[in-house]
Amino acid sequence: MNKKLQGLVLKNSDEIIRLWLRKVDQNHKKKLGQVAEVSDELFEGTNREFANVIFSMVENKGSTEELKTFSERLIQLGWPLSYLTDGMQVFRNVTVDYLLNQTEIVTKEDCIEVLHMVDDWIDPIIHHLVNEYSGNWENIVSLQKVALQELSAPLIPVVQGITIMPLIGTIDTERAKLIMENLLHGVTKHNAEVVLMDITGVPVVDTMVAHHIIQAAEAVRLIGATCILVGIRPEIAQTIVNLGINLERFPTKSSLKKGFEAALELTGRRIIDMDGSGDKIEELLETLSKE
Amino acid sequence: MNSQSCVNIEKEWDIVSARQLGRNLARKLGFGTVDQARIATAISELARNIYLYAGSGEIYFDIVEDHPKKGIRIRAIDQGQGIEDIGKVMKDGYSTSGGLGAGLPGVKRLMDEFHISSVPGAGTEVEVVKWLR
Ligand SMILES: Nc1ncnc2c1ncn2[C@@H]1O[C@H](COP(=O)(O)OP(=O)(O)OP(=O)(O)O)[C@@H](O)[C@H]1O
Ligand SMILES: [Mg+2]
Repeated sequence: MNKKLQGLVLKNSDEIIRLWLRKVDQNHKKKLGQVAEVSDELFEGTNREFANVIFSMVENKGSTEELKTFSERLIQLGWPLSYLTDGMQVFRNVTVDYLLNQTEIVTKEDCIEVLHMVDDWIDPIIHHLVNEYSGNWENIVSLQKVALQELSAPLIPVVQGITIMPLIGTIDTERAKLIMENLLHGVTKHNAEVVLMDITGVPVVDTMVAHHIIQAAEAVRLIGATCILVGIRPEIAQTIVNLGINLERFPTKSSLKKGFEAALELTGRRIIDMDGSGDKIEELLETLSKE
Repeated sequence: MNSQSCVNIEKEWDIVSARQLGRNLARKLGFGTVDQARIATAISELARNIYLYAGSGEIYFDIVEDHPKKGIRIRAIDQGQGIEDIGKVMKDGYSTSGGLGAGLPGVKRLMDEFHISSVPGAGTEVEVVKWLR
């Protein structure tokens, strides 16, 4: 690398930083404000820190510790990657402009070298920042995947012998498998006699979903329990009929409330009024069903 | 709103995008909840058939007018293996994938118009229309 040029940049780092800060200031604060709460002090402080990190990278090429700490902190703060990449672009422009304007020192022949040198500083930094950020995103995505999986087919034991599986959202093949597994596992674990599968929150019941529901209900029957399908909205009932799908092999109820009553009956129980004003339980069940 | 929209079907979740687009279009056109569900379900069936049997393809949506009627048209087009015997696949319960075999005959019942054409080895095209009433 050209020592003359590098020395020039390092010697005038204050001036370059000043130019950089001025440019960064204007457009970035506004953009940042949309994603994170940013005070003036925090913004200015971070800009200075950013500039220092860049220069220390320029000075001792290779040491990425500082850069790593810095980007980790910004990830924590929730600042977007674009703050950093835009900042680096501005740094590129400012530095190149600055160097090319030093006409007494920087000759015409140096021009290409200036461009290459600045790229050599900037590209590894951008590369590093993008890696840090995308690594973080991948991490988040995989954590959310786990969280989603836990949510995707929950089983809730309500009373002795009766368990509910509320399903909300689209069912794809992966989730359909999970439903089956959790259902069979849960029935055994909770000793359930009846499982209520609530599809109130499932937007579309096509042949694939229906097929999986039928298979799941069949499997539950084989291990000696009963699966009641509840929460069939009127429009879903219509489309199921249009598709010509036969759900008569196992009990279905329009609402969770009706399903729960049927489940109690199947397990030899019944809701009774203790004091004549038995509306309480009715109300409770009403809130349970999302009709 | 007369422009045509299209969803590429390649991954399983593309099926969800296709039916969301179709359902939104149907809602904007003024279809009621039941017809919206019918349209979304039909799209789901056609898109899943593409995904399962052809690997990839497209679903096109547009609005058709046949004065004074207005409706939504959905075309599912693929360049997959095609279908040898249309009569067979239109029968309830016929499936080569261990499914219910209710998809295509079901779509025919869900929608008002249904046309299917296929060239074995070259691809399949299904066109359906639901009229607003
Ligand atoms: N786009 C396509 N390309 C090639 N073959 C197709 C296509 N669509 C349907 N088929 C064939 O037609 C058969 C019947 O399709 P249909 O959708 O009625 O039932 P299915 O997909 O097997 O089961 P499901 O009830 O889950 O839809 C399929 O099993 C498949 O062999
Ligand atoms: Mg099908």
